[in-house]
Amino acid sequence: MKSPHRITRRVRKITAFVAAGALMIAMAACSSGGGSTSDNSLAGAGKTGTDNGSTLTLWTRAPLEKQAKLLVAAYNSSHKNQVKLTVVPNDDYVAKVGAAAGSKSLPDLFAADIVYVPNWSKAGLFQDLTSKINALPYKDAINKGHLKAGTLDGKEHVLPFVLDLSMLFWNKELFKKAGLDPDTAPATLAEYAADAKKIQALNIPDTYGTATGLNCGGCLVFTWFPTIWASGDQVMNEAGTKALLASANAKAEYAIWRDLWNSGAVLPSSKDEAGPTWTAGFTQGKVGLMFYPATLLSSTTFDAGVAGIPGIKSGASTFVGGDGIGISKDSKHSAQAWNFMTWLMSKDAQVGVLAKDGDVVSRSDLANNQYSEKDPRVVTINKVAGEGETPVALNFQQAFNASDSPWLSLVRNAVLGDGGGVAKDNDAVTAVLAQ
Amino acid sequence: MSVIADAPTKRGSRFSTTRSRRSALQGWAYAAPTAIFVLVLFVIPLLLVFQMSGSNWPLLSGNQGVNFPSNYQKAVTNRFFVDSIVFTLKYTVLATVLLIGLGLGLALLVQESSRWKGFLRTAFLIPSALGLASASLLFYVLYSPFAGPFAELMKSWGFTFLGTPNGALFSTVFLIVWRFAGFYMLLILVGLQGIPDEVYEAARIDGASRRQTFTWVTLPLLKPTLALATVLCVTGSLLAFEQFYILTKGGPDNSTITVVQLIYNVAFQGQNDLGIAAAISVIVLVALVIINIAQIRSFRRAPEES
Repeated sequence: MKSPHRITRRVRKITAFVAAGALMIAMAACSSGGGSTSDNSLAGAGKTGTDNGSTLTLWTRAPLEKQAKLLVAAYNSSHKNQVKLTVVPNDDYVAKVGAAAGSKSLPDLFAADIVYVPNWSKAGLFQDLTSKINALPYKDAINKGHLKAGTLDGKEHVLPFVLDLSMLFWNKELFKKAGLDPDTAPATLAEYAADAKKIQALNIPDTYGTATGLNCGGCLVFTWFPTIWASGDQVMNEAGTKALLASANAKAEYAIWRDLWNSGAVLPSSKDEAGPTWTAGFTQGKVGLMFYPATLLSSTTFDAGVAGIPGIKSGASTFVGGDGIGISKDSKHSAQAWNFMTWLMSKDAQVGVLAKDGDVVSRSDLANNQYSEKDPRVVTINKVAGEGETPVALNFQQAFNASDSPWLSLVRNAVLGDGGGVAKDNDAVTAVLAQ
Repeated sequence: MSVIADAPTKRGSRFSTTRSRRSALQGWAYAAPTAIFVLVLFVIPLLLVFQMSGSNWPLLSGNQGVNFPSNYQKAVTNRFFVDSIVFTLKYTVLATVLLIGLGLGLALLVQESSRWKGFLRTAFLIPSALGLASASLLFYVLYSPFAGPFAELMKSWGFTFLGTPNGALFSTVFLIVWRFAGFYMLLILVGLQGIPDEVYEAARIDGASRRQTFTWVTLPLLKPTLALATVLCVTGSLLAFEQFYILTKGGPDNSTITVVQLIYNVAFQGQNDLGIAAAISVIVLVALVIINIAQIRSFRRAPEES
């Protein structure tokens, strides 16, 4: 039955298959090899890494999408290497990185919430960059909090990607309406509460004195820790294994917030706010003053004042948050990835991209630049950044950020509940930290 | 057919064994795709979960070796283990009673031929066309005291839908009833229409009232359908996750953590320990198997007694 014609057709079909397969393999080899045969390891890379037209992958979480996009676009337009950016929703980021780490498919570069960096460094997700970072001429100027968070047993793993600081923002127009001085920030938390109540007393519909995220552990860490620091206390011991959240200053802080909440000067939805919309009220001009992320300065359209977060009696501090960035253990393009990281630390990126966008620079020697001079608020932020802190603990996520964290229970009991039991709740935080 | 007929004869025996061997092979070939699917998508993951539950397996650093039974000890001593089981059972009872009751009621309503039959059936079924996650997001906005359409109402009542433990539970149950009542209506409707008209006719001739017909004819004959619906509903509710993950995240004050959410939290939200999460999963699996067997048994026994 088989005609010679049929056989040739079958042979042709098989040849086509083989050819297609070979082509696919060749393409795969091409993309993984980056089209070059040179050494891609970190050790073989020069001071600024390799720029040879490789494709790099970069993951970041959604809150820093704007800054990440600007940085990647600027890098891609000035380098042969091309960075492919993937933005992951905040809540899914840990799960996605975890799954990728298990299947050895992490991207070349990835940013991590700075409070998770100690844990991720310990899990071995980042490559050791100690010798590379030490060789940077401006190493001493790089933000210390971020470097410290990425240091494990004397080995450095991350550089700051984007800094995000918690600052006191106030709506100058609402301040004027309430008869407050729009150019002076409250100097203590008690003054802050008094100002919030005055704005509340204006009785403008849908407008509230202040707002916060009372069901969002991450927001509360970010905005409430600085008050304790500014008052001269610590939130944890040096090793990050013991909580110190029942100090007199901490208790005073909870008491002021408790009074504020009971007085009705806090945006009501703050009570259930789990994070997604915790800044929305202020952004829309419906909140008088609040502790707010400095990365949102550039998207604040109205006239807002900016200052450090005040302590109980005096002082100011900030939470130096944001994301650190490192080269993943799975990267096959470490030399190229290092090229991106050194560029990220350069003046081109720090001033030309971040400062231009109104963001905080990661190098103190670049804090005064042509953009910061135009906006004194940026100078304020840069100055407070030097006084801020980045808490370091291995179990930070479980103790503070998780939706079922003991820190969240502590704040909710102290502010919304009966106000007692802070010492007991503090022990519960310690129990998780000490695991 | 002819092959089978030939089989017993002596002459055809050798021929038939090769034939039957071939047909056996053919049978395996037919079953192979399903078998491979079951193996790859069910058996292997299941074995992996068993392995995980007996190993020290952090999310970020992978398998670190066997540590049985430490994961199980940590699982049952987790500070939310008991609370999450109690809450899940509470939610399951509420959801099952409401869904089966409402499903039955709606099915009876739309079974009768009326002018509105088509419209009603469609109206009840439409929410089922929406994914559960999308439906949860929709309700998240509806319930939001900030962006929702009821924001004003909530403000004047001084009450938020998701702000209190009971409020969060009932708000979620409402979403589930809205989303699934149509589905259970459809399921029960199929069962109702499978009851032959003759039985009703006989009941009518015997002079049974409407109520008697329902209790003594409809309900007993609907038992297999109700059994299926209950098993589906109980299993689905015990494994509830998306609705709570999106609407409440276990809040307020950890009052709405379901068992599956606990597994997710342990695996991805803080503790990041796949071993303990797998241990809870195995415990839930065993519990589900027992509950399902008990349910099917109890429904099966009843008709035999009557």
